[in-house]
Amino acid sequence: MTDESSKKPNQSQSTGMNRRAVLAGGTALTASLFMPKNLMAADYPTAEVNTTGLAVTDDTVTIGILHSITGTMAISETGSVQAEKLAIDQINAQGGILGRKIEYIQEDGASDWPTFAEKAKKLLVNDKVASVMGCWTSASRKAVLPVFEQYNGFLYYPTFYEGLEQSPNVIYTGQEATQQIIAGLDWVSETKGAKTFYLLGSDYIWPRTSNKIARKHIENFLGAKVVGEEYYPLGHTQFNSVINKIRLKKPDVIYAIVVGGSNVAFYKQLKAAGIDMTKEDPIVLTISVTEDEIRGIGGENIEGAYACMKYFQSLTNENNMEFVKSFKEMWGDDMVIGDVTQAAYLGPWLWKAAVEKAGSFDVDKVRAATPGIELGTAPEGYVKVHDNHHLWSKTRVGLAKADGQYDVVYETAELVEPDPFPEGYQ
Amino acid sequence: MFADYSMSELGAIFAMQGFAGLILFSVFVLMALGLAIIFGQMGVINMAHGEFMILGAYVTYLVSNFFAAFLPGIFGIYFFIAMGLAFVVSGGLGLFIEWAMIRHLYKRPLDTLLATWGLSLILQQLYRSIFGAREVGVTIPDWMMGSLPLTDLIEVPINGIFVMVLAVGISVAVYVMMFRSGWGKQVRAINQNRVMAGAVGINTEWTDRLTFGIGCGVAGVAGSAFTMIGSTGPTAGQLYIVDTFLVVVFGGAASLLGTIASAFSISQAQSIMEFFLSGSMAKVLTLLTVVGILMLRPQGLFALKLRK
Amino acid sequence: MKTNTLFPRADIIGFAVLAVVIFLLLPAVLDSFRLNLFGKYLTYAFVAVGLALCWGAGGILSLGQGVFFGLGGYCMAMFLKLEASTPENTAIQSTPGIPDFMDWNQLTALPWWWEPFYSLPFTILAVVMVPVVFAFVIGVAMFKRRVGGVYFAIITQAFAAILTILIIGQQGFTGGVNGITDLRTLWGWDIRTDEAKEILYYVNGVLLFAVLFAAQFVRKSKLGRLLIAMRDQEDRVRFSGYDVASFKIFIFCLGAAFAGIGGAMFTLQVGFMSPTLVGIVPSIEMVIFCAVGGRLSILGAVYGALVVNWAKTTFSESFPELWLLGLGGLFIAVVMLFPNGLAGIWSEQIAPRLTKLISKNTNPATGQGAPAE
Repeated sequence: MTDESSKKPNQSQSTGMNRRAVLAGGTALTASLFMPKNLMAADYPTAEVNTTGLAVTDDTVTIGILHSITGTMAISETGSVQAEKLAIDQINAQGGILGRKIEYIQEDGASDWPTFAEKAKKLLVNDKVASVMGCWTSASRKAVLPVFEQYNGFLYYPTFYEGLEQSPNVIYTGQEATQQIIAGLDWVSETKGAKTFYLLGSDYIWPRTSNKIARKHIENFLGAKVVGEEYYPLGHTQFNSVINKIRLKKPDVIYAIVVGGSNVAFYKQLKAAGIDMTKEDPIVLTISVTEDEIRGIGGENIEGAYACMKYFQSLTNENNMEFVKSFKEMWGDDMVIGDVTQAAYLGPWLWKAAVEKAGSFDVDKVRAATPGIELGTAPEGYVKVHDNHHLWSKTRVGLAKADGQYDVVYETAELVEPDPFPEGYQ
Repeated sequence: MFADYSMSELGAIFAMQGFAGLILFSVFVLMALGLAIIFGQMGVINMAHGEFMILGAYVTYLVSNFFAAFLPGIFGIYFFIAMGLAFVVSGGLGLFIEWAMIRHLYKRPLDTLLATWGLSLILQQLYRSIFGAREVGVTIPDWMMGSLPLTDLIEVPINGIFVMVLAVGISVAVYVMMFRSGWGKQVRAINQNRVMAGAVGINTEWTDRLTFGIGCGVAGVAGSAFTMIGSTGPTAGQLYIVDTFLVVVFGGAASLLGTIASAFSISQAQSIMEFFLSGSMAKVLTLLTVVGILMLRPQGLFALKLRK
Repeated sequence: MKTNTLFPRADIIGFAVLAVVIFLLLPAVLDSFRLNLFGKYLTYAFVAVGLALCWGAGGILSLGQGVFFGLGGYCMAMFLKLEASTPENTAIQSTPGIPDFMDWNQLTALPWWWEPFYSLPFTILAVVMVPVVFAFVIGVAMFKRRVGGVYFAIITQAFAAILTILIIGQQGFTGGVNGITDLRTLWGWDIRTDEAKEILYYVNGVLLFAVLFAAQFVRKSKLGRLLIAMRDQEDRVRFSGYDVASFKIFIFCLGAAFAGIGGAMFTLQVGFMSPTLVGIVPSIEMVIFCAVGGRLSILGAVYGALVVNWAKTTFSESFPELWLLGLGGLFIAVVMLFPNGLAGIWSEQIAPRLTKLISKNTNPATGQGAPAE
């Protein structure tokens, strides 16, 4: 690690030594109020901060990283692993957590859900890790969830996902569906006057649930119309038929939640079929294409599409400039950072804040300390943990450019409250 | 079902869907041809077929980077060079694999299946180590990514035409090689009776190697072409493999004509159903139909009249 | 003397050694986490034993055993899911009392074909019978028309692919790509605790031995000898007046039944079932277990399943970025260098030397060694 990064993010959160009530909404203040106290391990005897037999010694604490680095999901999960390692390095350079360096054990979920469950159990039972940063797909999270609940582990899950879940053993650092969808639809309806929508997705739970929410919002709140809704199997690579249908229905907006290899095929074929996204006829609005995916799609093939995320690499706040710089220093200049990568980066920092607030590594105490944790140093800006274990965060709309980056064209004024079980959208 | 559309729109629907079906057909043919050559003529199942395709795609990626960096003036034509190279590289690897692995296993055809599966795992990991786990973006020359507007409604994607021309071209080339050349005669002779073919002076070893190499080379060209319509990543080969196998099995694995007929029927069925149903249901129905027919006619559409 | 023909001395030793390994050695040296892992590996051994019969003895290579494993597993998972989805547990859903994934997919009632899975006896029957019926249909269609060899292999593979896509596509009924997760109790007995896992491990071991005895019986019966004759000279058997297809169908169904039991035990021990166990990849991996163990040996198949999975776990824990290379290399090495797998190495290399060693000291012993039969 370099010097710059070691100076980097400081927790705004007060520590266990100096416990305060959480700043209620005091967003701007928190960033610079407290310089990190150099917490000495000696002030926190191991016997006191670790009463449940976790892998904590006098100078180290071990956590797990559980992502796919082989198999089909490795494409997506690589960025998360990189971000988590960066955060861990930075925390260690600042002196670690409660005076202890973070060490990590990385396991490969191999894009295979039973393997995820097996590895999760190994990390919790065998390695006694204090927390786990991991999982990407909903399927992998569903597979490990019973393991985490049974052995009382603590998982930081980075991906935007469909909601409908709230586990005491998971902190969801990505957006649940309503946080990602509703503000974007409002925006496209207000500023672009969109009246008709064509919903499209890969065939699994996240796109289906997201489109369900989108449809309710479009029909019940925007008074607009859904003219088509379609799902294609994961890995599908031929979209000419649906492109024909879209052309006939002439929707104002194509709302696309296509993932993985299908993503690349869809946008390439859309462009080849003569639908020029820069003309905004129709507008393409997606919630599944981050900067990471654009590398595979090719910027020239998706230029002009809008994406609805909470984070874009092009954000110009200071936190993000620092983050992008250290990320590239660590992993190479040609790296791009997408929404999930940033959310994964928050995991170790949120855990650090919670542990220091709790003054303990014990999962129960960390869990109790977690709601209300604030992070003023997040690259996406200020975030806060809700009682429901999701993050308050802003929704932003970005316009894809040919160089593979997004121009942020809109962001919500306030943080959007996470609502994993949204009323009126079920 | 048709009530929402005017007559001119209906005409356009059929024109465009027909065209979409033809593109899908061409894609299937390109995918399956290499596999069908190897299986049909050698009885070897190449489970690493998808990985050979992706090798072609990665070659295209490298060539495009090379041209962008050193020869930007003629970037527009790099794709042809890339396809040629993809054939050479994938074919070359094919030759090597035949020499190193396959030739030892001709007497155990089931075992080639396992060995090439192992090979596919190794190739995937190599791609991942060399090119990274993420997908790479292959820049396609602008002229290939446009479309030709025929009427207001009907637009024909140029890359679709390109894929079709390529599929036809390669099919013709394979046909000529197999049925109109001396070499093709040798291949077919070996297929029918290896020992006798050897006895009449055919170099069976070299012919086998070349057949395998050509099959892999065709896969490489297909992979190169698919950079226009799909993704290029270490595991992208897996996206195609299921469809590829289905096409080959459904066609009656030993017959090239069967492969083409099966590609045609599956693609047309799928693209028609995709239009009237949702995409996922269309896929399921297509698969169920294929299974149903396979149950009644497990040897596929076009079976060799061989009883074993 | 029937027992002698059913169990030659070498086989008795082999079975005994395996029993010691499974029931004494592994539980003694492994902690409960690792033991549970080995329990999971043993569920694959069911499939491998079935494959040793189909492939090694019968010459039928199925690349779709994952289908049967998955069907057995899904049957068990449906029962467990229904038990876990009590109206109290699912109170937050719009329709309480149905499995959570159905609720997410806007189903408002349990599909009719889920209803029977409220019953455990029906489920146990289904675990065996659903794969068998499926195998029977495939078997009749294929073998009656004399489809075999490589072609049969890729058709079964196509079935694996199709079933995966069906399961993923019909997520309202099957849980889709997530699979059926969060299974809790079996007739009120919590299957998630360490004690439960340990008990399940032994149940698994006992069932495996039952399957092994059945396999041994088949091999030593006239049917087994006919199978081997068919593998080597199918036409001669046919000309001798035997209905070759029926024997093949039978052995294929038997393999499917074994796989179904393995799948159900998998669901119980791992706590969920997902389509990733049905597709092409797991199906081929199961063949590899059998190949590594020695395709001719039913005991070898068990060792193969244990060794490959253990290697996979260890390898992916120590060198996660490289384990695919190792696994791929293992495939190739076994096929190219050790076509008879571990059992072959044992019977060709180790056993003769052991015999020599023993016969020097004591009376002449029988020639064959343990796992090889």
